[in-house]
Amino acid sequence: MRRVVITGIGMVSPLGCGAEVTWSRLIAGHNAARVVTEFEVEDLPAKIACRIPFGDGSDGTYNADNWMEPKEQRKVDPFIVYGMAAADMALEDAGWHPQTDDDQCATGVLIGSGIGGLEGIVEAGYTLRDKGPRRISPFFIPGRLINLVSGQVSIKHKLRGPNHAVVTACSTGAHAIGDASRLIALGDADVMVAGGAESPICRISLAGFAACKALSTQHNDDPQKASRPYDRDRDGFVMGEGAGIVVLEELEHAKARGAKIYAEVVGYGLSGDAYHITAPSENGEGAFRCMTAALKRAGIDPSEVDYINAHGTSTMADTIELGAVERLVGNAAGRVSMSSTKSAVGHLLGAAGAIEAIFSTLAIRDNIAPPTLNLDNPDVDTAIDLVPHVARKREINVALSNSFGFGGTNASLVLRRYEG
Amino acid sequence: MSDIAERVKKIVIDHLGVDADKVVEGASFIDDLGADSLDTVELVMAFEEEFGVEIPDDAADSILTVGDAVKFIEKAQA
Repeated sequence: MRRVVITGIGMVSPLGCGAEVTWSRLIAGHNAARVVTEFEVEDLPAKIACRIPFGDGSDGTYNADNWMEPKEQRKVDPFIVYGMAAADMALEDAGWHPQTDDDQCATGVLIGSGIGGLEGIVEAGYTLRDKGPRRISPFFIPGRLINLVSGQVSIKHKLRGPNHAVVTACSTGAHAIGDASRLIALGDADVMVAGGAESPICRISLAGFAACKALSTQHNDDPQKASRPYDRDRDGFVMGEGAGIVVLEELEHAKARGAKIYAEVVGYGLSGDAYHITAPSENGEGAFRCMTAALKRAGIDPSEVDYINAHGTSTMADTIELGAVERLVGNAAGRVSMSSTKSAVGHLLGAAGAIEAIFSTLAIRDNIAPPTLNLDNPDVDTAIDLVPHVARKREINVALSNSFGFGGTNASLVLRRYEG
Repeated sequence: MSDIAERVKKIVIDHLGVDADKVVEGASFIDDLGADSLDTVELVMAFEEEFGVEIPDDAADSILTVGDAVKFIEKAQA
């Protein structure tokens, strides 16, 4: 199998527009949660979210006009623009702008989303009801479809290789990066632009996830305390939005053009719980098999894992994942650090696994484990370092990133420092 | 320029994001103003909404320029 490395990263997150600005703020302990002010939340049980910082594009703010022409933005849901922005940044970072037929055909795109254009579907529903079918825009369908992030990115950058998308709820971003890595390993492409994008923060989505009892509803008055993985007072996740995209590249291809190499994607594991539509299996069996499969593929012993970016949504499921990790690492529990960056950026659903894979990549680059914020009173007794409150400087050569989604769909990625 | 022509022009500028001086009577939506086939469908819908007229599909197919749209609407409203 051919080896796959990460040569570019791009991100739009609640902590900023850009991977580096997000990372520096994450490490500094910033928290993106706030009360939602853009639409009516008075009648919603969850009134808070981690919104991306909208602005003119300066100081890490996100200005959609910098990434897509206003007349084109009008035709698509925001998740597509977030994905376009993150893909632009990742390709720029990688210095990969294929011009020849061969290079364009060897470069593919695999970007997913958990839900896609929910808000646009709601609006079109009102139009259909109030004005009839003749007023449904021809851009309604292509502006909402999940695979249209991959489509738009491929059109803009002339990427003519495999064009694909993943939809596995909150595992989407991790599955996209894992599947894209395999397309490279198997020779279907030399370069893949992969990740996830999500723009779920709207009334119907907050109502729906709250109905599932998935959202934090007890911290509306103090939003920055709401996402608190492993803490005894956690009561659900805080919704986030944004996109994370990586440029994956076959190792020799990257070396031949002198590309900067962040890390190697050495392992990818998948499993299904076959248990419940929203709850993980109580013994963490699905998560355990998923992590085990990823490490086996990597040829890495569980005791060699330095850092785990947990799924850790700030729900009851946190302790199930932790139990599975304890079973995985056994006596090596005392040497691994595991944190949930959802404590700072919230849960980006289909983009979560992608931005968390990028955080894991940067954790390896900088030898820093980002913190788990708000872990004031751990609900667990564990030898694993949960990195409470502040980032930890420590050696990180191997990182594992977990993502688990509704439907019992699990994905784990293993990244390793590339030594040359 | 008639009131109808002014309103058509405004819709075209808004939807296609083009400079006002390009939106002349003979300008073709696709050849001169950068529209694709989906843009033209949306333009026709916007004309219908703005002027309260119905533009059947076969008529829409013959509206290729700014001038075509103005003529159709003037006739429909006459």
